[in-house]
Amino acid sequence: MVLNSNDMVHLALLSFFKGLIVLGIMLFHAAYTVYAERKIIGRIQSRLGPREVGPYGLLQPLADLVKLLTKEDILPKEADRFLFKLAPLLLLVTTIVNLSVIPFYPDFIIADVHVGILVILAFAGLGVYGVILGGYASGSKYSLLGGLRSAAQMLSYEIPLTVSLAGVILAAESFRLGDIVEAQANSLFGMNLFPQVIGFLVFLICAFAETNRAPFDLPEAESELVAGYMTEYSGFRMGLFFLGEYISMYVMALLISLCYLGGWSLPPWMLSLLPILKEIPPVLILLVKVYFFIFLFIWVRATFPRYRFDQLMRLSWKVLIPLSFLNLLIVMFFKLLT
Amino acid sequence: MPERKLQYKEELFSTEDPFFTPFEIQMGPQHPSTHGVLKLRLVLEGERIVDCEPEIGFLHRGLEKLAESMSYTQVLPLTDRLDYISAMNNNTGYALAVERLLGIEPPPRGKFLRTMVCELARVASHLLWLATHALDIGAMTVFLYCFREREKILDFFEDICGARLTVSYPKIGGVRLDVEMGTLERIYDFLPEMEKRLEEYEGLLSENRIWLERTRGVGVISAEEAIAYGLTGPSLRGSGVEYDVRKHFPYDAYPDLDFEVPIGKNGDIYDRYLCRLKEMRQSLRIVKQCIEKMPSGPVCAENSPDLDMLISKRAPVAMAKGEIAFIGFPFERVNLVPFGELYSAVEGAKGELGFYIVSDGTGKPYRLHIRAPSFVHISALPKLAKGHFLADLVSIIGTLDIVMGECDR
Repeated sequence: MVLNSNDMVHLALLSFFKGLIVLGIMLFHAAYTVYAERKIIGRIQSRLGPREVGPYGLLQPLADLVKLLTKEDILPKEADRFLFKLAPLLLLVTTIVNLSVIPFYPDFIIADVHVGILVILAFAGLGVYGVILGGYASGSKYSLLGGLRSAAQMLSYEIPLTVSLAGVILAAESFRLGDIVEAQANSLFGMNLFPQVIGFLVFLICAFAETNRAPFDLPEAESELVAGYMTEYSGFRMGLFFLGEYISMYVMALLISLCYLGGWSLPPWMLSLLPILKEIPPVLILLVKVYFFIFLFIWVRATFPRYRFDQLMRLSWKVLIPLSFLNLLIVMFFKLLT
Repeated sequence: MPERKLQYKEELFSTEDPFFTPFEIQMGPQHPSTHGVLKLRLVLEGERIVDCEPEIGFLHRGLEKLAESMSYTQVLPLTDRLDYISAMNNNTGYALAVERLLGIEPPPRGKFLRTMVCELARVASHLLWLATHALDIGAMTVFLYCFREREKILDFFEDICGARLTVSYPKIGGVRLDVEMGTLERIYDFLPEMEKRLEEYEGLLSENRIWLERTRGVGVISAEEAIAYGLTGPSLRGSGVEYDVRKHFPYDAYPDLDFEVPIGKNGDIYDRYLCRLKEMRQSLRIVKQCIEKMPSGPVCAENSPDLDMLISKRAPVAMAKGEIAFIGFPFERVNLVPFGELYSAVEGAKGELGFYIVSDGTGKPYRLHIRAPSFVHISALPKLAKGHFLADLVSIIGTLDIVMGECDR
C-alpha cells in the first residue's frame, strides 16, 4: 500500500486521538477500580469502605491522587538515582503500550498489527525490568528480595501463559486479536472457553501471577517484605507503580475476554435463544466480560491467603506448564480431525 | 554481640559450597509482622534462614522492679500491661498468687465471675491471634471478621467494669464489681452466635489448600523438644502434650466446670491452629456453664486488702474475727503478710503465666518475678525457624502467639 503525505497525516492524527481516548478511559478506569476494590472488599469484610469524600466516597480517587502528587518525593541515600526514577516509568510505559494493540470494538484499534498477541507477550516480559530495577535501585535488602522474587515469578509464569495462548492462536490460525474474536464467533460454542477449559484456567491463574495480585502477590508481600520492591518508593512514584498494576489488571482482563470468552461477540446459541441480545452494542458486551474479571481479581484478593515462594514456583513448573501443553495437544488433535 | 557475629562468619567461610553467600538482614523492631517491637537478626541465604537471633527489650518498663516499691494491691493494675490482649488472665493470675500468700479465699460468685471473664478474655486473645496470624499468611478477610467479634467481647468488658483493655477487674479476694443481670444475659446470647462465627472462620481457612500448604509441616516441634524449651499453652498442646494448668492445678471455679483440653498431634502450625480454635469452643462452653451455675452472694472476700494494705475501715471487723494479719503500716518491717516464697500459675491465653513472689513480711513484695509465656516462646523461635523460608518465619512468629508487653515486662 502506498500512502501519500495527506493520508499519513490523517492516519497519524487518527492514531493520536484514538490513543488519547484509550488512555483517558483507561486512567479513569484505573482510578475508579481502586475505589471499586475498596468498596467491594469493604462489603466482603463487613465494613463500609470509603464514604467521606463526596457522595458515597466517589471523589476518593481524586483525593488519593492529590495526596500522592503533593507528597514529598523521597530519594533514599543509597539509591541509584537514575534507575530509581526510571523503574516506575518503565513499568507503566510497558503496560500502557499493550493497550495499543487491543481491539475494543471491531474497528477500534490503535495499531492493527498482525502479531498483536506477540506484542503483548513481549511487553509483558519487558515489564519485569521495571520491577527488578525498582528493587535493585532502592538500595534496600527488602526491596532487592521483592524484586528478585517478582522476576522469578513473572518469568516462570510467562511460559504457561504463552503456551496456553498458543492453543488460542492455533484455533484461530492468526496472531491478530480481531481474527481470534471472529474465529470464536463462528465456532460451535461461540467461545474458546468450552473446547479449551484447561487453557482458560491456566491462563486465568497466570493472569493473577502476572499482575502480582493475591494469592500470588509475593513481590509485595506486606507481611514479610514490608512492600517488596515498592518499599522505598513514596508519593507519585509509588502512584505510578500502582497505576501500572491496575492497568495491567485491565490488560489481562481484556486479553482473557478477547481470547477465551469471545470478546465483543456473543455465542450463536445464546443469540438464537434470545434474539433481543443482538441489539446490545458490542462494546458493552466486552465491558461486562472485563468487569467480571476485574471483580474476580478483587474477590480472590479478599478470600485467599498467600502462596509461599517455592510453592508458587512448583505450581508453575510442575502443574501449569504440563497442563498448558496438554491443552495445546488437545487443540492440535481436534484441529487435525476437522 | 560481636563474638556471635564472628561465629557465623566462620561458618560462612568454612563452607564448602562456593555459592553459599549468606547476608544479614534486620527484621524489626519496626516491621509490620513482628507483632510489636520484636527485633530479629536474620542471616539469609537467598530466602532460606541460616540463622535467626531474637533481640528483645524494646518494650521494657521495669515492671518487676516497680512492683517492689508498691503495696500488693497497687501492683495489680501493672499486670494489665503484661499481656494487654487478655488482661483479665493476668489480673487473675496475680490476684490468685497474692490470695495464696495471704490465705484469702474469694466467695463463690467472685470465683465464677473471675472464671467467666478469664475465658472471655481467652477467646478475645485467640481471636486477635487468629486475625494477625491469618493476615501474616495473607488472608485479609479473616482479620476483619475476627476483629468484629473481638469488639463485642471488649464491649462486654466495658459493660462489666468500664474498661476495655486494661481492665483491672479481678482483684485480690474476688472481683471489683458485681455484674448486672442484663449483661450476663447478653453474654449468654452472644455465645451461640460466636460458635457460628467460628465455623465461618474455619470455612475460610481449615480446608483452604493454600492455608494447608502454608501451615502443614512448617514450624514442627516434637513433644520432647517443646517440653525442653519450656513451651506451654496451645503451643505445647499442639505437639500432643496434654498439659493445662486449669486441669492439673485447678483454681477458681474450674474444678466445678466441665471442659476438655484439646491437643494436636504433629506439632506444626496447622495443629496449633486447630488446637486454638477448639480451645475457643471450650472457652465458650465454660462461659456458658459459668452463667448457668452462677451463685449469688458477695463478689469479694471480706478481708481483701485495701489499696494501701491498711484496712482502716475493715480493721474492727477483722479484729473481731481474730484476723489481725493485715493491720498495720505497709512498709514497716512487721508481720503484715506471711513470710516466704510462693509460685502460683494460671493458664493464660498464651501459656502458663506464673507469678513468683518473695515476701519479707512487709506490705510490698520483696521480689516479684513473672514467668511470661511469650518470653519463653521467643527462645524457641530460632529452633523453629532455622532452615525455613523467610515467608515461613512470619507464620512461625504468628503461631507462637507472642505479645511483647509480656515478654519484656
